[in-house]
Amino acid sequence: MAKHLRVFRHSPEHRKKGTMRRRLPEWFVLLLPAFIIMAAVVLIPLVFSLYSSFTPYKLTRPSTLWRWIGTANYEKILTDVKFWAAFGRTILFLTIALNLELLFGLLIALMVNKVTLGQRTIRTILMFPMMFSPILVGFQFKFIFNDNIGLANNALQALGISDAAMPWLVDGKLAMFSIIFAEVWMSTSVFAVLILAGLFAIPRDPLEAAKVDGCTAWQTFRHITLPFLMPFIFIAMTIRSLDVARAYDIVQIMTGGGPAGRTELIWTLMSRTGYVDARMGLANAMGYVSILLSIAFTVYFFKKLSAARSELGFGDKI
Amino acid sequence: MTEVTLNRVVKRYGKHEAVHGVDLKIHDGEFLVLVGPSGCGKSTTLRMIAGLEDISDGEISIGNRIVNELPPRERNISMVFQNYALYPHMTVCENLGFTLRIAKQPEAEIEKAVKKAAGILGLDGLLERKPSELSGGERQRVAMGRAIVRRPDVFLFDEPLSNLDAKLRTQMRVEIKKLHHRVGNTIIYVTHDQVEAMTLADRIVLMRDGHIVQVGTPMELFNNPVNTFSATFIGSPPMNLIDGVVTDVGTIILRNSLTVPIPAVARKQVVSGQQVQFGFRADNLMPIGHAVEEPGELANLELPVSLTEPLGTETLLFAELAGQEVQAKMLNPRPVQPGETIAFHLVLNKCHVFDAGNGKALRD
Repeated sequence: MAKHLRVFRHSPEHRKKGTMRRRLPEWFVLLLPAFIIMAAVVLIPLVFSLYSSFTPYKLTRPSTLWRWIGTANYEKILTDVKFWAAFGRTILFLTIALNLELLFGLLIALMVNKVTLGQRTIRTILMFPMMFSPILVGFQFKFIFNDNIGLANNALQALGISDAAMPWLVDGKLAMFSIIFAEVWMSTSVFAVLILAGLFAIPRDPLEAAKVDGCTAWQTFRHITLPFLMPFIFIAMTIRSLDVARAYDIVQIMTGGGPAGRTELIWTLMSRTGYVDARMGLANAMGYVSILLSIAFTVYFFKKLSAARSELGFGDKI
Repeated sequence: MTEVTLNRVVKRYGKHEAVHGVDLKIHDGEFLVLVGPSGCGKSTTLRMIAGLEDISDGEISIGNRIVNELPPRERNISMVFQNYALYPHMTVCENLGFTLRIAKQPEAEIEKAVKKAAGILGLDGLLERKPSELSGGERQRVAMGRAIVRRPDVFLFDEPLSNLDAKLRTQMRVEIKKLHHRVGNTIIYVTHDQVEAMTLADRIVLMRDGHIVQVGTPMELFNNPVNTFSATFIGSPPMNLIDGVVTDVGTIILRNSLTVPIPAVARKQVVSGQQVQFGFRADNLMPIGHAVEEPGELANLELPVSLTEPLGTETLLFAELAGQEVQAKMLNPRPVQPGETIAFHLVLNKCHVFDAGNGKALRD
């Protein structure tokens, strides 16, 4: 196609008519619609938010958008104890939730892989938690962990394990636990499904060779199955780390970042700063700092993924 | 002494029976080849010996242990797979030593065993490579090395050469045979390629549809096939089979009223009027003047040749006999034009007669 057009442009006939008007290169013209859309939905908001992070922009006073204050917002964030507490809490939340999800997901996948009858049905059922809106999951667990009428306390009391009403969503540590519990409940299946796909992809021969070579079931898993699963685990980790790092809905519904800010994560803090306090400039600055976290995790897991793949001889880079 | 004994071994998948009561005794140090077309149950039988498939019925013993209930790791066997089954995340060295490392042998011991196996198979320069950096033949050698390192009682080979190209296959075939001479273990080898079976085996077990058809040395199977299946499966090109009827004057009358005398070995086994298949190999139908002169009864035939396949030292001729296509061999070949009629000698005492109904060989 491109070649054809070029031939046409330089043909003598064309030149004779004197229409040697410069035309945009056709690759550019063809890509232009995509460029325009990308600019409208990604680039402009990105530049705008970056710019506004250098202003004291308040939603309630639009004129503040035009006052340049340099890096004042960033300086403020760097010394803001509340922000760094939320930042640290987000990393903690991420680490605990991801590891638990990996562990449970792996166990579930290994068990489902052993099932021969009705495996498809089980796989479908596995996906159910992913079908709910996180907001609804938040409401559900808010009810379950309610200290007066919640299922959790009800069960504990009925089973005689505890008489007291556990303050699930009121106590700082318990609230964090409750949120992680909800998060794990909702997203373990992501790991389970991806790891199950990994299990399906393992060739049968090396597993059989390992059995013949003298491996017990555990040794086969440790030395053969797990290395084969690592790429899948890291893909799941990458996807989920981005997901969990922007955790907002479940937390907002269950605790609203409370009590007294003890379950405040980056995104709940950011939305509070931006929409409740209307300090959009500061909130955007927070956003740019926290993006570093996501980038760091993504780079880390992609490196691991690359390493795991080249271990298996699947090429070095993705 | 490591004998492997199969006693009425059956494999069922649900209601479908894949292997029907196989009886087999494999001697110590023997190179036994299970051969047959795909789906004949040869691989299943091997996998039952390895412990990778449950045994539905019957008994398998290795040495003097019945191994029916033992997991593969306790059977002290090694297996080489068609797809090599190397561990892709380990180097050649780690692949070779894996079985000993799992058995918690001391490092020095492992290193020694790996070096020795690498030496035997010419893998010295490749020890630090990953399987993905090896060629097909090298991978297969690593797989064999891994099998040696374990020092098993029995080696099991599951179509190990099927994924290699023709030239490499011939080369690896020789290496496997040398390996057997060197280590002297019992080897059970599965293949669908009759050439591999003929060249490698001390004894061949020919299987079809989950049954053993014939057991014997390669030459026994070649010279005395028990039925038409064996006759056409073993040997290349396959044996020519011509339909005919036994007459009461000691001949077989073929379709176009051509008659041939009944070979001596079959004379007592046939009755007049019996429908038979008359069989002979291409090696025994040769143009006069281009044949190995053999003593014994010869029949003269003049046949039109429709096609030739020159192979260098010999040429395969496709000729028409009694309305059926037969293959003949021409030694010291001369150019032959399609359609040319050539005079052939048929070596009668090397011919076979099979019952047309059940395909069984009719022989004293």
